[in-house]
Amino acid sequence: MPIWEAVTMALRTIWAQKLKSFFSLIGVLIGVMFLIAVVSIVQGMNVYMEDQFANRLIGLNVFQVRQRPGIVTGDVTRETWLSWRRRPRISYADADYIKAGLKTPATIAMYCADRMPLSYNGKTAKDIDLIGTEATYFKIKNFEIANGRAFTAQEVRASQNVVVLGDLVAEKLYAGQDPVGKEVSIAGLPYRIVGVVAKQGTMFGFSMDKFAIMPYTAPARRYICPINILDDIQIQTAGPTDMLAAMAEVEAMMRIRRQLKPAQENNFYLQTAEGALEGWKRFSKILFMALPGLVAISLVVGGIVIMNIMLMAVSERTREIGIRKALGAKRRDILAQFVVESATLSVVGAGLGIGAGILLAFVVRALSPLPAAVAPWSILVGVGLGIFVGVVAGVYPATRASRLDPIVALRAE
Amino acid sequence: MSDLVISVRDLTRSYEMGAEVVQALRGLDLEIRRNEYVAIMGPSGSGKSTLMNMIGCLDTPSSGEYWLNGQEVSRMGDDALARVRNKEIGFVFQTFNLLPRATALHNVELPLVYAGTTARERRARGEEALARVGLADRMHHRPNELSGGQRQRVAIARALVNRPSILLADEPTGNLDSATSDEIMRVFEALHAEGQTVIMVTHEAEIAAHAKRVVVLRDGRVESDVLNQPKAA
Repeated sequence: MPIWEAVTMALRTIWAQKLKSFFSLIGVLIGVMFLIAVVSIVQGMNVYMEDQFANRLIGLNVFQVRQRPGIVTGDVTRETWLSWRRRPRISYADADYIKAGLKTPATIAMYCADRMPLSYNGKTAKDIDLIGTEATYFKIKNFEIANGRAFTAQEVRASQNVVVLGDLVAEKLYAGQDPVGKEVSIAGLPYRIVGVVAKQGTMFGFSMDKFAIMPYTAPARRYICPINILDDIQIQTAGPTDMLAAMAEVEAMMRIRRQLKPAQENNFYLQTAEGALEGWKRFSKILFMALPGLVAISLVVGGIVIMNIMLMAVSERTREIGIRKALGAKRRDILAQFVVESATLSVVGAGLGIGAGILLAFVVRALSPLPAAVAPWSILVGVGLGIFVGVVAGVYPATRASRLDPIVALRAE
Repeated sequence: MSDLVISVRDLTRSYEMGAEVVQALRGLDLEIRRNEYVAIMGPSGSGKSTLMNMIGCLDTPSSGEYWLNGQEVSRMGDDALARVRNKEIGFVFQTFNLLPRATALHNVELPLVYAGTTARERRARGEEALARVGLADRMHHRPNELSGGQRQRVAIARALVNRPSILLADEPTGNLDSATSDEIMRVFEALHAEGQTVIMVTHEAEIAAHAKRVVVLRDGRVESDVLNQPKAA
């Protein structure tokens, strides 16, 4: 008997008992649903982490020279952490040294930041990222100035009390007014607002607009970094190849400057977008390793349920088996019929699971900041697993059916 | 030999029922020629069901020989028996034994499915067989939408569709009223007239009277074997 005929026959049987079939395939459905949903969410996160998280936090073709990694998405032991803290910090002199020596064309900005309150006219915006930097920072971050202008290198050199606000800060302190030209008070000193950065939106539900940027030379610098000390030096190149060249150059320059011997490790860190993702990549790898276990459990349960349903079907349809055998069905015809029926049942479950998984992924995307992207390979894996579970679960009941004695089977009620 | 469809020699069949051994057939001999119309009768326990299972290749004998159309079936394995049932035997059961969820046409096509016939030819032959038993207009009805007589005619169409050597009927009128029984008997007579070999197991003398030859069993042996009309064999 051709396989498609067996499949049509199986589908007819499944459709004839819709509710029973649905309950019997729910295990497979759930297993495949989780497979699709988890893979979709993790894949979506991967895309998001690469496109958005790392590139937005660090910038495109940007690396940072730091004392220690700034974005740690994985586990760090206490010893490692302490050894990082013992490293010398990045200084103004380091920045001058790199600016003077770097041959690869690059845009460089000194950077330092901490949380500070900003106030205006009795209103206070708390926990604002106050950034002390250079005029080049706006280019590195690719910030569009929505209103007013960025501060200039001149103003940085002159240690001017000027500031560019993030959208949320401007909104909070100057609702309904134009903040440009007005004053804002930082650590008791008035600063002149020269511009507002265009709205950056959110990441994982957190606003990316809670910042204020001032020259690193401005008086409030003492509140965000010790004198002559920086959080990092940000370096942007024209492209990825340039960036690798610049990184190699900077690494060599810093090692020379700090007189590190060949055997000694770097006592500074070059932070890239990719580096920031290392921990996340480890985490998603663990998730992908745990996933087969989770999926396997529901598939085993689903397989057992299907096996039981098929055993029931065999005893309910003993007479049918007898009739088929009397009409010339061989053992393998009966075996094939029930294995195909079991596999079809399971594949229908897998199909519904794929649908439910995609739906779940979209619901997650709609209701949370987590993006979800359905991976085509996970659909193939889902269908494959469905066939596999169905065949494995169907073999034993089908074998029993095929071994029935036609005389006994024909007498069954 | 070529005329001989069934040749049974010294056939025995015993079953173990717990500690007891039941002798259902005790050395039975029987020959049936092409285009015979034979009724097999006997009281319950005479071995008629066992003989019918043997002839229908659903069971194999404990000893003795059974030749069907020149093939020795008594020593065949399961798959070979299935093939013989498919090609040589057309079953008609007391309880019709149609698949309840399948249409009349689909039921009739079933033996052809196991014979490996193509879908198109199956349909053509299924329709032809149903037309032959006068059910051309009931092809797409399910068994529960048909009367008892119509169901049995579907079963007959199914039995005939693979052009078997013998039509083997087990109490074909057992579940039918007398008017419908007569209708089925007329179908059998017509088939016999067309050259079909018909073997019918029954306990009703009235039904057996339609056959041309009556074999009566008792205690696993042939008790009598008479012709209803001298001409038949």
